[in-house]
Amino acid sequence: MADAAAIRVQGLQKRYGDLRAVDGATFAVLPNEIYGIIGANGSGKTTTVECLQGLRRVDGGEVAVLGLDPGVHGAQLRGRIGSQLQSSALPERLKVWEALELFAALSPKRRDWRDLLAEWGLEEKRNAAFGDLSGGQQQRLFIALALVNEPEIVFLDEMTTGLDPQARRVAWDLIERVRERGATVVLVTHFMDEAEILCDRIAVFQRGTVIAEDTPRGLIEQFVGGGVVRFSTQVNELSFLDGTPGLERWERDGQRVTATGSGPLLAQVAARLVAHDIAPLDLRVELPTLDDVFVKLAGERSE
Amino acid sequence: MRAILRLTLVEMKLFVREPLALVFVFAFPLFVLFVLGGVFGNDVDLQDEENLRVWRGVGPADYYQPAYIGLVMASVGLITMPLRITSYREQGVLRRFEAAGVAKTAILGSQLLVGLGMMTVGAAAIVVASNLSQGTSLSESWGLTVPAYLLSAITFAVLGLMLGSVLPGSRAAQGAGMLLFFVMMFISGAGPPREVLANGMKGFSELLPLTHVILLLQDTWLAAEWDGTASLVVAAFLVVAGAVTLRFFRWE
Ligand SMILES: Nc1ncnc2c1ncn2[C@@H]1O[C@H](COP(=O)(O)OP(=O)(O)OP(=O)(O)O)[C@@H](O)[C@H]1O
Ligand SMILES: [Mg+2]
Repeated sequence: MADAAAIRVQGLQKRYGDLRAVDGATFAVLPNEIYGIIGANGSGKTTTVECLQGLRRVDGGEVAVLGLDPGVHGAQLRGRIGSQLQSSALPERLKVWEALELFAALSPKRRDWRDLLAEWGLEEKRNAAFGDLSGGQQQRLFIALALVNEPEIVFLDEMTTGLDPQARRVAWDLIERVRERGATVVLVTHFMDEAEILCDRIAVFQRGTVIAEDTPRGLIEQFVGGGVVRFSTQVNELSFLDGTPGLERWERDGQRVTATGSGPLLAQVAARLVAHDIAPLDLRVELPTLDDVFVKLAGERSE
Repeated sequence: MRAILRLTLVEMKLFVREPLALVFVFAFPLFVLFVLGGVFGNDVDLQDEENLRVWRGVGPADYYQPAYIGLVMASVGLITMPLRITSYREQGVLRRFEAAGVAKTAILGSQLLVGLGMMTVGAAAIVVASNLSQGTSLSESWGLTVPAYLLSAITFAVLGLMLGSVLPGSRAAQGAGMLLFFVMMFISGAGPPREVLANGMKGFSELLPLTHVILLLQDTWLAAEWDGTASLVVAAFLVVAGAVTLRFFRWE
Protein backbone atom coordinates (compact mmCIF):
# COMPACT_ATOMS: atom_id res chain seq x y z
CA MET A 1 0.00 0.00 0.00
CA ALA A 2 2.97 2.27 0.66
CA ASP A 3 3.26 3.70 -2.82
CA ALA A 4 -0.19 2.91 -4.07
CA ALA A 5 -1.74 5.98 -2.42
CA ALA A 6 -3.38 8.53 -4.70
CA ILE A 7 -2.53 11.25 -2.21
CA ARG A 8 0.04 11.15 0.55
CA VAL A 9 0.38 13.98 3.05
CA GLN A 10 3.08 13.91 5.71
CA GLY A 11 3.38 16.63 8.36
CA LEU A 12 1.85 19.34 6.18
CA GLN A 13 2.44 22.89 7.47
CA LYS A 14 0.85 26.07 6.17
CA ARG A 15 1.04 29.43 7.93
CA TYR A 16 -0.71 32.71 7.24
CA GLY A 17 1.48 35.16 9.09
CA ASP A 18 1.50 33.91 12.68
CA LEU A 19 -1.50 31.68 12.22
CA ARG A 20 -0.76 28.01 11.73
CA ALA A 21 -3.69 27.14 9.48
CA VAL A 22 -2.37 23.63 8.86
CA ASP A 23 -0.05 22.25 11.47
CA GLY A 24 1.28 18.78 10.82
CA ALA A 25 -1.61 17.12 9.02
CA THR A 26 -0.80 13.55 7.97
CA PHE A 27 -3.04 11.25 5.96
CA ALA A 28 -3.22 9.17 2.79
CA VAL A 29 -5.99 8.70 0.26
CA LEU A 30 -6.23 5.41 -1.61
CA PRO A 31 -7.00 5.18 -5.32
CA ASN A 32 -10.69 5.15 -6.15
CA GLU A 33 -11.64 5.95 -2.59
CA ILE A 34 -14.16 8.60 -1.55
CA TYR A 35 -12.23 10.27 1.23
CA GLY A 36 -13.99 12.67 3.56
CA ILE A 37 -12.52 15.60 5.43
CA ILE A 38 -14.55 16.99 8.30
CA GLY A 39 -13.76 19.45 11.06
CA ALA A 40 -14.84 22.72 12.63
CA ASN A 41 -14.76 26.04 10.77
CA GLY A 42 -11.20 27.23 10.45
CA SER A 43 -9.65 23.84 11.20
CA GLY A 44 -7.63 23.99 7.97
CA LYS A 45 -9.64 21.79 5.59
CA THR A 46 -9.80 24.22 2.70
CA THR A 47 -6.19 25.25 3.15
CA THR A 48 -5.16 21.59 3.03
CA VAL A 49 -7.02 20.73 -0.16
CA GLU A 50 -5.77 23.92 -1.77
CA CYS A 51 -2.21 22.88 -0.92
CA LEU A 52 -2.90 19.47 -2.47
CA GLN A 53 -3.92 21.21 -5.70
CA GLY A 54 -0.83 23.39 -5.73
CA LEU A 55 -2.94 26.50 -5.27
CA ARG A 56 -1.06 27.42 -2.10
CA ARG A 57 2.62 27.17 -1.35
CA VAL A 58 3.36 24.67 1.37
CA ASP A 59 5.50 25.82 4.32
CA GLY A 60 6.58 22.39 5.47
CA GLY A 61 6.00 18.66 5.27
CA GLU A 62 5.63 16.44 2.25
CA VAL A 63 2.78 16.20 -0.21
CA ALA A 64 2.45 13.81 -3.13
CA VAL A 65 -0.59 13.79 -5.38
CA LEU A 66 -0.59 11.11 -8.08
CA GLY A 67 3.08 10.78 -7.18
CA LEU A 68 3.79 14.42 -8.00
CA ASP A 69 4.69 17.36 -5.78
CA PRO A 70 1.92 19.93 -6.36
CA GLY A 71 4.30 22.76 -5.47
CA VAL A 72 6.59 21.78 -8.34
CA HIS A 73 4.29 20.15 -10.87
CA GLY A 74 1.17 22.15 -10.10
CA ALA A 75 0.35 23.01 -13.67
CA GLN A 76 0.82 19.46 -14.93
CA LEU A 77 -1.19 18.10 -12.04
CA ARG A 78 -4.11 20.45 -12.50
CA GLY A 79 -4.80 18.98 -15.91
CA ARG A 80 -5.37 15.62 -14.20
CA ILE A 81 -7.41 16.72 -11.22
CA GLY A 82 -10.81 18.33 -10.91
CA SER A 83 -11.50 21.11 -8.52
CA GLN A 84 -14.55 22.66 -6.96
CA LEU A 85 -13.29 25.44 -4.71
CA GLN A 86 -15.09 26.66 -1.62
CA SER A 87 -14.97 30.17 -3.02
CA SER A 88 -14.49 31.18 -6.62
CA ALA A 89 -16.54 32.74 -9.37
CA LEU A 90 -17.07 33.04 -13.08
CA PRO A 91 -17.54 36.22 -15.08
CA GLU A 92 -21.07 37.53 -14.38
CA ARG A 93 -22.20 37.47 -17.99
CA LEU A 94 -20.69 34.15 -19.00
CA LYS A 95 -23.44 31.71 -19.95
CA VAL A 96 -23.68 28.23 -18.48
CA TRP A 97 -22.97 26.43 -21.75
CA GLU A 98 -20.13 28.81 -22.57
CA ALA A 99 -18.49 28.09 -19.22
CA LEU A 100 -18.69 24.34 -19.74
CA GLU A 101 -17.46 24.59 -23.31
CA LEU A 102 -14.60 26.91 -22.31
CA PHE A 103 -13.37 24.76 -19.43
CA ALA A 104 -13.66 21.63 -21.55
CA ALA A 105 -11.60 23.30 -24.25
CA LEU A 106 -8.99 24.41 -21.70
CA SER A 107 -8.33 20.90 -20.40
CA PRO A 108 -6.13 18.27 -22.01
CA LYS A 109 -8.67 15.46 -21.54
CA ARG A 110 -12.38 16.09 -21.59
CA ARG A 111 -15.85 14.66 -21.26
CA ASP A 112 -18.71 15.79 -23.45
CA TRP A 113 -19.86 18.83 -21.53
CA ARG A 114 -23.43 18.36 -22.76
CA ASP A 115 -23.70 15.18 -20.66
CA LEU A 116 -22.63 17.12 -17.60
CA LEU A 117 -25.14 19.84 -18.39
CA ALA A 118 -27.90 17.24 -18.30
CA GLU A 119 -26.59 15.23 -15.33
CA TRP A 120 -26.30 18.27 -13.11
CA GLY A 121 -29.74 19.57 -13.99
CA LEU A 122 -28.54 22.64 -15.84
CA GLU A 123 -30.19 21.95 -19.19
CA GLU A 124 -32.88 24.54 -18.58
CA LYS A 125 -30.28 27.10 -17.60
CA ARG A 126 -27.86 26.53 -20.44
CA ASN A 127 -28.33 30.05 -21.79
CA ALA A 128 -28.51 31.78 -18.43
CA ALA A 129 -25.65 34.04 -17.34
CA PHE A 130 -23.61 32.90 -14.34
CA GLY A 131 -24.63 36.02 -12.42
CA ASP A 132 -28.32 35.18 -12.89
CA LEU A 133 -28.09 31.66 -11.46
CA SER A 134 -29.29 30.84 -7.96
CA GLY A 135 -26.65 29.86 -5.42
CA GLY A 136 -27.39 26.17 -5.79
CA GLN A 137 -27.31 26.38 -9.56
CA GLN A 138 -23.93 28.12 -9.47
CA GLN A 139 -22.73 25.38 -7.16
CA ARG A 140 -23.90 22.65 -9.53
CA LEU A 141 -22.15 24.40 -12.39
CA PHE A 142 -18.92 24.44 -10.38
CA ILE A 143 -19.20 20.71 -9.70
CA ALA A 144 -19.83 20.07 -13.38
CA LEU A 145 -16.75 22.17 -14.23
CA ALA A 146 -14.70 20.11 -11.77
CA LEU A 147 -15.62 16.98 -13.71
CA VAL A 148 -15.30 18.24 -17.26
CA ASN A 149 -11.66 17.16 -17.63
CA GLU A 150 -12.41 13.56 -16.63
CA PRO A 151 -10.18 13.98 -13.56
CA GLU A 152 -8.24 11.20 -11.88
CA ILE A 153 -8.79 12.91 -8.54
CA VAL A 154 -11.60 15.35 -7.86
CA PHE A 155 -11.53 17.75 -4.92
CA LEU A 156 -14.93 18.91 -3.72
CA ASP A 157 -14.92 21.56 -1.01
CA GLU A 158 -18.40 21.81 0.50
CA MET A 159 -19.94 20.51 -2.67
CA THR A 160 -23.54 20.38 -1.50
CA THR A 161 -23.61 23.67 0.40
CA GLY A 162 -26.53 25.60 -1.03
CA LEU A 163 -28.16 22.60 -2.69
CA ASP A 164 -31.74 21.70 -1.85
CA PRO A 165 -32.31 18.26 -0.25
CA GLN A 166 -33.38 16.73 -3.56
CA ALA A 167 -30.37 18.13 -5.40
CA ARG A 168 -28.07 16.88 -2.63
CA ARG A 169 -29.29 13.33 -3.11
CA VAL A 170 -28.82 13.61 -6.84
CA ALA A 171 -25.31 14.97 -6.19
CA TRP A 172 -24.49 11.96 -3.98
CA ASP A 173 -25.56 9.55 -6.72
CA LEU A 174 -23.53 11.40 -9.29
CA ILE A 175 -20.42 11.42 -7.10
CA GLU A 176 -20.86 7.70 -6.54
CA ARG A 177 -20.88 7.37 -10.35
CA VAL A 178 -17.77 9.51 -10.69
CA ARG A 179 -16.05 7.02 -8.43
CA GLU A 180 -17.38 4.10 -10.48
CA ARG A 181 -15.76 5.70 -13.53
CA GLY A 182 -12.47 5.22 -11.70
CA ALA A 183 -11.80 8.57 -10.04
CA THR A 184 -10.64 9.22 -6.50
CA VAL A 185 -12.77 11.74 -4.62
CA VAL A 186 -11.74 14.04 -1.79
CA LEU A 187 -14.80 15.52 -0.17
CA VAL A 188 -14.71 18.32 2.39
CA THR A 189 -18.08 18.60 4.07
CA HIS A 190 -20.01 19.86 7.07
CA PHE A 191 -22.90 17.47 6.41
CA MET A 192 -22.36 14.41 8.54
CA ASP A 193 -25.08 12.41 6.78
CA GLU A 194 -23.30 13.09 3.50
CA ALA A 195 -19.95 11.99 4.91
CA GLU A 196 -21.46 8.87 6.44
CA ILE A 197 -23.27 7.83 3.26
CA LEU A 198 -20.59 8.66 0.70
CA CYS A 199 -17.20 8.30 2.31
CA ASP A 200 -15.15 5.15 2.60
CA ARG A 201 -12.89 6.82 5.12
CA ILE A 202 -12.91 10.13 6.89
CA ALA A 203 -10.25 12.36 8.40
CA VAL A 204 -11.28 14.57 11.29
CA PHE A 205 -9.41 17.87 11.32
CA GLN A 206 -8.78 19.95 14.39
CA ARG A 207 -6.49 22.97 14.54
CA GLY A 208 -4.72 21.97 11.38
CA THR A 209 -4.02 18.36 12.23
CA VAL A 210 -5.80 15.07 11.65
CA ILE A 211 -6.96 13.88 15.03
CA ALA A 212 -8.72 10.77 13.76
CA GLU A 213 -8.97 8.80 10.52
CA ASP A 214 -11.21 5.79 9.99
CA THR A 215 -14.32 4.49 8.27
CA PRO A 216 -17.51 6.26 9.36
CA ARG A 217 -18.53 3.18 11.40
CA GLY A 218 -15.06 2.87 12.85
CA LEU A 219 -15.07 6.49 13.99
CA ILE A 220 -18.44 6.07 15.62
CA GLU A 221 -17.45 2.90 17.42
CA GLN A 222 -14.13 4.29 18.47
CA PHE A 223 -15.34 7.62 19.79
CA VAL A 224 -18.93 7.33 20.88
CA GLY A 225 -19.41 3.62 21.18
CA GLY A 226 -22.39 1.39 20.73
CA GLY A 227 -25.67 2.97 21.42
CA VAL A 228 -28.74 3.25 23.57
CA VAL A 229 -31.55 0.67 23.77
CA ARG A 230 -34.94 1.94 24.95
CA PHE A 231 -38.17 0.17 25.77
CA SER A 232 -40.99 0.36 28.26
CA THR A 233 -42.42 -2.34 30.46
CA GLN A 234 -44.67 -2.66 33.48
CA VAL A 235 -42.52 -5.43 34.92
CA ASN A 236 -40.62 -4.11 37.89
CA GLU A 237 -38.06 -6.83 38.36
CA LEU A 238 -35.37 -6.27 35.70
CA SER A 239 -32.22 -7.20 37.56
CA PHE A 240 -31.71 -10.02 35.02
CA LEU A 241 -30.43 -7.27 32.71
CA ASP A 242 -27.30 -6.96 34.81
CA GLY A 243 -24.46 -8.82 33.14
CA THR A 244 -25.86 -8.52 29.60
CA PRO A 245 -22.80 -8.64 27.32
CA GLY A 246 -21.85 -5.12 26.24
CA LEU A 247 -24.19 -3.41 28.67
CA GLU A 248 -22.59 -0.60 30.62
CA ARG A 249 -25.53 0.62 32.63
CA TRP A 250 -29.27 0.75 32.65
CA GLU A 251 -31.78 2.93 34.38
CA ARG A 252 -35.54 3.22 34.58
CA ASP A 253 -37.81 6.17 34.81
CA GLY A 254 -41.33 4.96 35.57
CA GLN A 255 -42.07 2.42 32.83
CA ARG A 256 -39.33 3.69 30.53
CA VAL A 257 -36.03 1.84 30.54
CA THR A 258 -32.78 3.05 28.99
CA ALA A 259 -29.82 0.70 28.52
CA THR A 260 -26.48 2.06 27.38
CA GLY A 261 -23.62 0.00 26.00
CA SER A 262 -21.78 -1.21 22.95
CA GLY A 263 -21.62 -4.17 20.58
CA PRO A 264 -24.83 -5.87 19.42
CA LEU A 265 -26.65 -4.46 22.40
CA LEU A 266 -30.16 -4.56 20.95
CA ALA A 267 -29.97 -8.26 20.22
CA GLN A 268 -28.51 -9.08 23.63
CA VAL A 269 -31.11 -7.07 25.53
CA ALA A 270 -33.92 -8.47 23.39
CA ALA A 271 -32.78 -12.04 24.06
CA ARG A 272 -32.90 -11.48 27.81
CA LEU A 273 -36.26 -9.78 27.70
CA VAL A 274 -37.82 -12.53 25.61
CA ALA A 275 -36.35 -15.16 27.90
CA HIS A 276 -38.24 -13.47 30.72
CA ASP A 277 -41.45 -13.27 28.71
CA ILE A 278 -41.19 -9.56 28.18
CA ALA A 279 -41.82 -8.38 24.60
CA PRO A 280 -42.02 -4.60 24.57
CA LEU A 281 -43.67 -3.13 21.49
CA ASP A 282 -41.42 -0.11 21.51
CA LEU A 283 -38.04 -1.83 21.84
CA ARG A 284 -35.60 0.14 19.73
CA VAL A 285 -31.98 1.10 19.48
CA GLU A 286 -30.52 4.52 18.91
CA LEU A 287 -27.15 4.22 17.25
CA PRO A 288 -24.86 7.18 17.40
CA THR A 289 -24.13 8.93 14.13
CA LEU A 290 -21.17 10.79 12.78
CA ASP A 291 -22.82 13.89 14.21
CA ASP A 292 -22.04 12.59 17.68
CA VAL A 293 -18.43 11.97 16.68
CA PHE A 294 -18.18 15.47 15.31
CA VAL A 295 -19.62 17.04 18.42
CA LYS A 296 -17.28 15.03 20.57
CA LEU A 297 -14.09 15.41 18.56
CA ALA A 298 -14.23 18.52 16.49
CA GLY A 299 -16.88 20.52 18.23
CA GLU A 300 -14.19 22.35 20.08
CA ARG A 301 -13.66 25.68 18.27
CA SER A 302 -10.41 25.90 16.40
CA GLU A 303 -9.84 29.60 16.57
CA MET B 1 -1.74 29.33 -27.51
CA ARG B 2 -5.06 27.53 -27.91
CA ALA B 3 -5.98 28.56 -24.39
CA ILE B 4 -5.15 32.19 -25.16
CA LEU B 5 -7.36 32.19 -28.23
CA ARG B 6 -10.24 30.47 -26.42
CA LEU B 7 -10.09 32.90 -23.53
CA THR B 8 -9.79 35.85 -25.89
CA LEU B 9 -12.89 34.87 -27.83
CA VAL B 10 -14.96 34.40 -24.68
CA GLU B 11 -13.68 37.62 -23.20
CA MET B 12 -14.55 39.57 -26.34
CA LYS B 13 -18.08 38.19 -26.23
CA LEU B 14 -18.35 39.29 -22.61
CA PHE B 15 -17.26 42.81 -23.47
CA VAL B 16 -19.89 43.13 -26.13
CA ARG B 17 -22.46 42.19 -23.47
CA GLU B 18 -21.24 44.97 -21.22
CA PRO B 19 -22.29 48.28 -22.76
CA LEU B 20 -20.87 50.34 -19.91
CA ALA B 21 -17.36 49.06 -20.45
CA LEU B 22 -17.59 50.17 -24.05
CA VAL B 23 -18.49 53.75 -23.16
CA PHE B 24 -15.01 54.72 -22.14
CA VAL B 25 -13.44 53.00 -25.07
CA PHE B 26 -15.53 54.61 -27.78
CA ALA B 27 -17.90 57.25 -26.56
CA PHE B 28 -15.45 59.29 -24.54
CA PRO B 29 -12.74 59.87 -27.16
CA LEU B 30 -15.43 60.52 -29.79
CA PHE B 31 -17.05 63.01 -27.45
CA VAL B 32 -13.74 64.82 -26.97
CA LEU B 33 -13.20 64.77 -30.72
CA PHE B 34 -16.47 66.54 -31.38
CA VAL B 35 -16.03 69.07 -28.59
CA LEU B 36 -12.47 70.06 -29.49
CA GLY B 37 -13.27 69.79 -33.19
CA GLY B 38 -16.02 72.30 -32.58
CA VAL B 39 -13.64 74.61 -30.73
CA PHE B 40 -10.66 74.52 -33.09
CA GLY B 41 -11.95 73.21 -36.39
CA ASN B 42 -9.24 72.25 -38.86
CA ASP B 43 -8.42 75.65 -40.35
CA VAL B 44 -5.77 77.83 -38.79
CA ASP B 45 -3.39 80.23 -40.46
CA LEU B 46 -0.34 78.06 -40.99
CA GLN B 47 1.69 81.06 -42.18
CA ASP B 48 1.59 82.15 -38.55
CA GLU B 49 4.75 80.90 -36.80
CA GLU B 50 2.98 80.42 -33.51
CA ASN B 51 0.27 78.27 -35.07
CA LEU B 52 2.87 76.28 -36.92
CA ARG B 53 4.67 75.47 -33.68
CA VAL B 54 1.58 74.70 -31.59
CA TRP B 55 -0.17 72.50 -34.13
CA ARG B 56 2.96 70.82 -35.44
CA GLY B 57 2.45 72.19 -38.94
CA VAL B 58 -1.07 70.94 -39.59
CA GLY B 59 -4.65 71.94 -38.77
CA PRO B 60 -5.96 71.14 -35.26
CA ALA B 61 -8.18 68.27 -36.39
CA ASP B 62 -5.25 66.67 -38.19
CA TYR B 63 -3.09 67.25 -35.12
CA TYR B 64 -5.66 65.59 -32.86
CA GLN B 65 -6.39 62.56 -35.01
CA PRO B 66 -3.27 60.58 -33.99
CA ALA B 67 -3.46 62.09 -30.50
CA TYR B 68 -6.92 60.62 -30.01
CA ILE B 69 -5.73 57.26 -31.19
CA GLY B 70 -3.24 57.50 -28.34
CA LEU B 71 -6.07 58.58 -26.04
CA VAL B 72 -8.07 55.45 -26.90
CA MET B 73 -5.02 53.32 -26.04
CA ALA B 74 -4.69 55.13 -22.74
CA SER B 75 -8.33 54.68 -21.80
CA VAL B 76 -8.25 50.95 -22.53
CA GLY B 77 -4.85 50.41 -20.91
CA LEU B 78 -5.31 52.62 -17.86
CA ILE B 79 -9.00 52.17 -17.08
CA THR B 80 -10.65 49.22 -18.78
CA MET B 81 -7.97 46.56 -18.45
CA PRO B 82 -6.89 47.14 -14.82
CA LEU B 83 -10.52 47.24 -13.73
CA ARG B 84 -11.22 44.00 -15.52
CA ILE B 85 -8.25 42.14 -14.08
CA THR B 86 -8.65 43.38 -10.50
CA SER B 87 -12.38 42.58 -10.54
CA TYR B 88 -11.66 39.08 -11.77
CA ARG B 89 -9.16 38.63 -8.98
CA GLU B 90 -11.52 40.02 -6.36
CA GLN B 91 -14.47 37.89 -7.45
CA GLY B 92 -12.42 34.69 -7.58
CA VAL B 93 -12.61 34.28 -11.35
CA LEU B 94 -8.83 34.10 -11.60
CA ARG B 95 -8.74 31.39 -8.91
CA ARG B 96 -11.27 29.40 -10.91
CA PHE B 97 -9.00 29.57 -13.96
CA GLU B 98 -5.92 28.81 -11.92
CA ALA B 99 -7.55 25.69 -10.50
CA ALA B 100 -8.38 24.58 -14.03
CA GLY B 101 -4.68 24.65 -14.86
CA VAL B 102 -4.77 27.78 -17.03
CA ALA B 103 -1.27 29.31 -17.20
CA LYS B 104 -0.83 32.90 -16.08
CA THR B 105 0.64 33.68 -19.48
CA ALA B 106 -2.64 32.52 -21.04
CA ILE B 107 -4.68 34.84 -18.83
CA LEU B 108 -2.33 37.75 -19.48
CA GLY B 109 -2.09 36.97 -23.19
CA SER B 110 -5.83 36.87 -23.63
CA GLN B 111 -6.33 40.13 -21.74
CA LEU B 112 -3.61 41.66 -23.90
CA LEU B 113 -5.30 40.56 -27.12
CA VAL B 114 -8.71 41.75 -25.98
CA GLY B 115 -7.18 45.12 -25.02
CA LEU B 116 -5.48 45.43 -28.41
CA GLY B 117 -8.74 44.54 -30.14
CA MET B 118 -10.65 47.22 -28.28
CA MET B 119 -7.96 49.80 -28.97
CA THR B 120 -8.05 49.00 -32.64
CA VAL B 121 -11.81 49.28 -32.95
CA GLY B 122 -11.67 52.55 -30.99
CA ALA B 123 -8.86 53.91 -33.18
CA ALA B 124 -10.80 53.04 -36.32
CA ALA B 125 -13.82 54.87 -34.94
CA ILE B 126 -11.67 57.95 -34.33
CA VAL B 127 -10.26 57.95 -37.85
CA VAL B 128 -13.68 57.51 -39.44
CA ALA B 129 -15.25 60.19 -37.26
CA SER B 130 -12.54 62.80 -37.81
CA ASN B 131 -12.53 62.13 -41.52
CA LEU B 132 -16.24 62.55 -41.84
CA SER B 133 -16.53 65.55 -39.56
CA GLN B 134 -13.33 67.45 -40.30
CA GLY B 135 -12.00 65.99 -43.52
CA THR B 136 -8.69 65.00 -41.91
CA SER B 137 -6.01 63.22 -43.89
CA LEU B 138 -4.93 59.61 -43.58
CA SER B 139 -1.42 58.63 -42.59
CA GLU B 140 1.44 59.91 -44.69
CA SER B 141 3.18 56.59 -44.22
CA TRP B 142 1.35 53.41 -43.19
CA GLY B 143 4.69 51.65 -43.28
CA LEU B 144 5.73 53.73 -40.26
CA THR B 145 2.33 54.23 -38.67
CA VAL B 146 1.53 50.54 -38.37
CA PRO B 147 4.69 49.64 -36.40
CA ALA B 148 4.31 52.82 -34.33
CA TYR B 149 0.70 51.89 -33.64
CA LEU B 150 1.57 48.33 -32.64
CA LEU B 151 4.41 49.40 -30.36
CA SER B 152 2.21 52.00 -28.68
CA ALA B 153 -0.88 49.82 -28.35
CA ILE B 154 1.07 46.87 -26.97
CA THR B 155 2.80 49.17 -24.49
CA PHE B 156 -0.47 50.56 -23.17
CA ALA B 157 -2.01 47.10 -23.06
CA VAL B 158 0.95 45.84 -21.03
CA LEU B 159 0.66 48.87 -18.76
CA GLY B 160 -2.94 47.71 -18.26
CA LEU B 161 -1.73 44.23 -17.32
CA MET B 162 0.78 45.77 -14.94
CA LEU B 163 -1.78 47.96 -13.19
CA GLY B 164 -4.14 44.99 -12.99
CA SER B 165 -1.35 42.94 -11.41
CA VAL B 166 -0.08 45.43 -8.84
CA LEU B 167 -3.23 47.27 -7.79
CA PRO B 168 -4.89 45.61 -4.80
CA GLY B 169 -8.51 45.76 -5.93
CA SER B 170 -11.09 47.15 -8.31
CA ARG B 171 -11.62 50.30 -6.25
CA ALA B 172 -7.95 51.11 -6.38
CA ALA B 173 -7.95 50.30 -10.09
CA GLN B 174 -10.82 52.64 -10.71
CA GLY B 175 -9.24 55.48 -8.76
CA ALA B 176 -5.71 55.10 -10.03
CA GLY B 177 -6.86 54.45 -13.58
CA MET B 178 -9.02 57.57 -13.78
CA LEU B 179 -6.32 59.71 -12.22
CA LEU B 180 -3.61 58.52 -14.59
CA PHE B 181 -5.92 58.79 -17.56
CA PHE B 182 -7.01 62.37 -16.92
CA VAL B 183 -3.53 63.58 -16.06
CA MET B 184 -2.20 62.10 -19.27
CA MET B 185 -5.13 63.35 -21.29
CA PHE B 186 -4.58 66.94 -20.17
CA ILE B 187 -0.83 67.25 -20.46
CA SER B 188 0.28 64.65 -22.98
CA GLY B 189 -1.00 66.50 -26.01
CA ALA B 190 -4.46 65.00 -26.36
CA GLY B 191 -6.08 67.98 -24.66
CA PRO B 192 -4.33 71.32 -25.07
CA PRO B 193 -1.33 71.02 -27.42
CA ARG B 194 1.83 70.57 -25.35
CA GLU B 195 3.37 73.75 -26.81
CA VAL B 196 0.87 75.91 -24.91
CA LEU B 197 1.61 74.26 -21.55
CA ALA B 198 3.66 76.04 -18.91
CA ASN B 199 7.29 74.89 -18.97
CA GLY B 200 7.08 72.88 -15.76
CA MET B 201 4.02 71.00 -17.01
CA LYS B 202 5.66 70.39 -20.32
CA GLY B 203 8.69 68.96 -18.58
CA PHE B 204 6.52 66.75 -16.41
CA SER B 205 4.62 65.48 -19.43
CA GLU B 206 7.88 64.04 -20.76
CA LEU B 207 7.66 61.45 -17.99
CA LEU B 208 4.34 60.14 -19.26
CA PRO B 209 4.07 57.33 -21.79
CA LEU B 210 1.13 58.92 -23.62
CA THR B 211 3.27 61.97 -24.49
CA HIS B 212 5.74 59.81 -26.36
CA VAL B 213 3.07 57.65 -27.92
CA ILE B 214 1.40 60.75 -29.33
CA LEU B 215 4.69 62.19 -30.62
CA LEU B 216 5.53 58.88 -32.24
CA LEU B 217 2.11 58.49 -33.86
CA GLN B 218 1.93 62.12 -35.01
CA ASP B 219 5.35 61.98 -36.62
CA THR B 220 4.57 58.91 -38.65
CA TRP B 221 1.04 60.03 -39.45
CA LEU B 222 1.63 63.70 -40.28
CA ALA B 223 5.19 63.74 -41.56
CA ALA B 224 6.16 60.14 -42.40
CA GLU B 225 8.98 60.45 -39.86
CA TRP B 226 10.12 58.10 -37.12
CA ASP B 227 10.79 59.70 -33.75
CA GLY B 228 13.62 57.53 -32.51
CA THR B 229 13.69 58.96 -28.99
CA ALA B 230 9.95 58.65 -28.49
CA SER B 231 9.96 55.07 -29.72
CA LEU B 232 12.78 54.16 -27.34
CA VAL B 233 10.96 55.71 -24.40
CA VAL B 234 7.77 53.82 -25.30
CA ALA B 235 9.71 50.58 -25.65
CA ALA B 236 11.29 51.19 -22.24
CA PHE B 237 7.84 51.52 -20.69
CA LEU B 238 6.88 48.27 -22.41
CA VAL B 239 9.86 46.37 -21.04
CA VAL B 240 9.50 47.65 -17.50
CA ALA B 241 5.73 47.11 -17.41
CA GLY B 242 6.14 43.61 -18.81
CA ALA B 243 8.75 42.69 -16.21
CA VAL B 244 6.68 44.10 -13.34
CA THR B 245 3.62 42.21 -14.59
CA LEU B 246 5.38 38.86 -14.74
CA ARG B 247 6.91 39.46 -11.35
CA PHE B 248 3.82 40.66 -9.48
CA PHE B 249 0.83 39.01 -11.15
CA ARG B 250 -1.29 37.32 -8.46
CA TRP B 251 -4.22 34.95 -8.84
CA GLU B 252 -5.82 36.13 -5.60
N1 LIG C 1 -5.98 33.63 2.62
C1 LIG C 1 -5.92 33.60 3.95
N2 LIG C 1 -5.23 34.53 4.63
C2 LIG C 1 -5.14 34.50 5.96
N3 LIG C 1 -5.71 33.57 6.74
C3 LIG C 1 -6.43 32.61 6.13
C4 LIG C 1 -6.55 32.58 4.71
N4 LIG C 1 -7.33 31.51 4.38
C5 LIG C 1 -7.65 30.93 5.54
N5 LIG C 1 -7.12 31.57 6.60
C6 LIG C 1 -7.22 31.18 8.01
O1 LIG C 1 -6.70 29.87 8.13
C7 LIG C 1 -7.49 29.08 8.98
C8 LIG C 1 -7.95 27.84 8.26
O2 LIG C 1 -8.83 28.21 7.22
P1 LIG C 1 -9.51 27.17 6.24
O3 LIG C 1 -10.22 27.97 5.21
O4 LIG C 1 -8.51 26.20 5.79
O5 LIG C 1 -10.56 26.48 7.21
P2 LIG C 1 -11.70 25.42 6.89
O6 LIG C 1 -11.42 24.24 7.73
O7 LIG C 1 -11.83 25.21 5.44
O8 LIG C 1 -12.97 26.20 7.46
P3 LIG C 1 -14.50 26.24 6.95
O9 LIG C 1 -15.16 25.03 7.49
O10 LIG C 1 -15.03 27.47 7.60
O11 LIG C 1 -14.48 26.30 5.48
C9 LIG C 1 -8.63 29.97 9.44
O12 LIG C 1 -8.33 30.44 10.73
C10 LIG C 1 -8.65 31.10 8.45
O13 LIG C 1 -9.07 32.31 9.07
MG1 LIG D 1 -13.30 25.58 4.10
